[in-house]
Amino acid sequence: MQRFAALIDRLIYTRSRNAKLHALATYLRETPDPDRGWALAALTDSLDFPAVKSSTIRNLAGTRIDPDLFRLSRHHVGDTAETVALIWPGSEGVEPEDQRLSTVVDALAATTRTTAPDAVADLLHRMDVDSRYAMLKLALGGMRIGLSARLAKTAFAQAFDVSVDAVEEYWHALEPPYTELFAWAADGGPAPDLSAIPFFRPFMLSHPFEGESLDLTEYAAEWKWDGIRVQIARIAGETRLYSRGGDEISKAFPDVVAAFDVDGVVDGELMVRGEAQGADVAGGGAASFNALQKRLGRKTVSKKMLQEAPAFIRLYDLLVDGGTDRRELPWDQRRGHLEDFVPRLTADRFDLSQVIDVPDFEALAELRASSRDAAIEGVMLKRRDSPYLSGRKVGHWYKWKRDPLTADCVMMYAQRGNGRRASFYSDYTFGCWSDEGQLLPVGKAYSGFTDAELKMLDRFVRQNTLNRFGPVREVAKTLVLEVAFDSIHDSKRHKSGLAMRFPRIHRIRQDKPPEEADRVATLKAMVP
Amino acid sequence: MANSKHWIEPHPQGIYVRPADVWIDPSGAQPRAVVTHGHADHARGGHGQVWATRETLAIMGLRYGTDAGTALRYGETMEEGGVTFSLHSAGHVLGSAQILMEYQGERVVVTGDYKRRPDPTCAPFELVPCDIFITEATFGLPVFTHPPIAGEIGKLFDRLEAEPERCVLVGAYALGKAQRVIAELRAAGWDEPVYLHGALEKMCRLYEDLGVDLGMLRSVADTPKEEMAGKIVLCPPSALTDRWSRRLPNPVTAMASGWMRVRGRARQRNVELPLIISDHADWNELTSTIADLSPRETWITHGSEDGLLRWCELTQRKARALAMVGRGEEDDG
Ligand SMILES: [Zn+2]
Ligand SMILES: [Zn+2]
Repeated sequence: MQRFAALIDRLIYTRSRNAKLHALATYLRETPDPDRGWALAALTDSLDFPAVKSSTIRNLAGTRIDPDLFRLSRHHVGDTAETVALIWPGSEGVEPEDQRLSTVVDALAATTRTTAPDAVADLLHRMDVDSRYAMLKLALGGMRIGLSARLAKTAFAQAFDVSVDAVEEYWHALEPPYTELFAWAADGGPAPDLSAIPFFRPFMLSHPFEGESLDLTEYAAEWKWDGIRVQIARIAGETRLYSRGGDEISKAFPDVVAAFDVDGVVDGELMVRGEAQGADVAGGGAASFNALQKRLGRKTVSKKMLQEAPAFIRLYDLLVDGGTDRRELPWDQRRGHLEDFVPRLTADRFDLSQVIDVPDFEALAELRASSRDAAIEGVMLKRRDSPYLSGRKVGHWYKWKRDPLTADCVMMYAQRGNGRRASFYSDYTFGCWSDEGQLLPVGKAYSGFTDAELKMLDRFVRQNTLNRFGPVREVAKTLVLEVAFDSIHDSKRHKSGLAMRFPRIHRIRQDKPPEEADRVATLKAMVP
Repeated sequence: MANSKHWIEPHPQGIYVRPADVWIDPSGAQPRAVVTHGHADHARGGHGQVWATRETLAIMGLRYGTDAGTALRYGETMEEGGVTFSLHSAGHVLGSAQILMEYQGERVVVTGDYKRRPDPTCAPFELVPCDIFITEATFGLPVFTHPPIAGEIGKLFDRLEAEPERCVLVGAYALGKAQRVIAELRAAGWDEPVYLHGALEKMCRLYEDLGVDLGMLRSVADTPKEEMAGKIVLCPPSALTDRWSRRLPNPVTAMASGWMRVRGRARQRNVELPLIISDHADWNELTSTIADLSPRETWITHGSEDGLLRWCELTQRKARALAMVGRGEEDDG
């Protein structure tokens, strides 16, 4: 347990991605089964002990410590689990035990609502302060230490020198503590048998298109829709919906999950139904990304939300058809199977992403330029003879994004970055002019510049600070930044009533006087 | 206020000893002041007459340009207006003192800041029996228990060993904490040079002049970047994420403070390696000192007074909080 606690703290305090990977990989290599599997599950929020609730812990603290002292302490610390870990009256003079993580997991899993308080108290008594914290976080679920599933898989692959793709496939198919996964990766055992599980297959990803032209007899063109890329898989009666990172998001979209009633695995864009956009290009209309965002990241969805923002998937590709893996087939043939597959699905939940029918590349370029539809991010170019490959392999798929929109804005505030950038002011809030001649914030960006430009911007912030609000500095409104963004929409987040998607610093316009920056009204006109 | 007629008067700007016409740690300039220790929230410049230990006067001299004042040794007494004053070591930083005052048979102790752990850079805390105990409460909540320092120094060494191509940059307050960290490193056998931010150099030199050996110290400004890989560098906390740190070889950001007990605090400061090292009494020290002394009354000057007040209530001790302004600013932790 002490090693696990040390790992948690290391991950909490480390900002660098590489250092996190290294810490986790080392832990996975050096820790025996099944402890390392439980650790992995805990870190990726795949463990649940329903009998232990936050209130269990709070009540328990109430039996050992004065409620006023607890309240004052909790207020200071800001986290119940940490407060209890720190405050728990250690058994004076008794050397804390270093129980195995699996022993702790077993103890927690065996509890009921009635036995949970005593069981947790017993564990707390035996542990040192950092282990108490780790145990309580483990018991309550949701470590929230900024470790994505993707990072965990990468660390696993790094630890045992196996391919991330393979890890990704097996991972979702297996249950904690993933003993078969470790047996395969660490001890050279056989690969796990996944035939009866709707597991996640790694996505095929694209590169940005930077060429001049492509031969459309070799490449097919499709719209790139502005939702989230998902994979939906159904095997032996069980359906699971996965995000691009391979996280299961079935609970947030029960409507589409329930409607997918044919065995197979498909790749598509998840969107919510809407009126205005997309209807002229293909199939039914989709709402903007903004509307979808309201449904993302939810553990449960209300009936109202299901009615107001019904989700659907526009399908791009087919990976598994019934029980047959089609990934080895060229795109042309997979497309044929997909076109046969889609009519078997509920029509208002699943439709086919149309192939753009144009005679040549020039016609495609023209069509792409003329389309300012907010639901369309650009065009995908897919090699007709490519198999479905995992990851981002060169020469197969290209993403030809629309040229970004740009606006000239004035820097208003700056904030320090994280990690490598902790000593630089690298996050900028910028604004445009209102009709009354007031500067109103329209967005925030922390990318798009080179290292040299970052140094220049950092210097500007330090030399032009007007006010400090904690970590934020208000700067003199003199520097014009040309900001590029994918789209802009109405939002309550900024005083201007606007919010940009993917804003980044395109150019620093030292040549431009701030009065000549864009007006909010100009940006409003770009809202679709 | 029940004690408003008492010969010791707490005011927001300090403690006034009426019969002697003397202020203790006043926050603004006063004609006559007794100063517990050199931290800026206790020692201000511009007083008329000052009484303090020789070391505290020297520290004030370094900071305010004048060390004029009357030096008192620990245990030495002086009398002003019928009040007998004496200073007793507080174990907080070099020269830190508790102030014992006796007047008409009543004994009052003002702790200033104190700790009860051993510290190689200053004299150990002395338990001074009294009727009224006027204490600090910086860490007056039961979540604050400082672990033994050896383990924290060990964490620092472990990190150096694990990543020898980096340096460990420890944020430490210029007065007291920095020198204690260096002295503890020496005690643990670290005989490499310790590299210093310019803002720490003068105080370290003063400590050495006053007889505290800190081993080999070097200035970061005079050192090539590569030389500091695998070494320990100290700076004031404010410099931790400042541009200054760019001249170091990929530093592991550490901070030596009692506040590092709380993860959120460490993360707020972007600290990668929190070291729970404090020059203040932790919860157990605060409560056990009151229990050891069993004073008739406990008055609390600054810190988490609500927590300590509640403990006094639970253990049926008479206590009150004094609302002192501006305390805990410099040496917070
Ligand atoms: Zn102090
Ligand atoms: Zn203080």
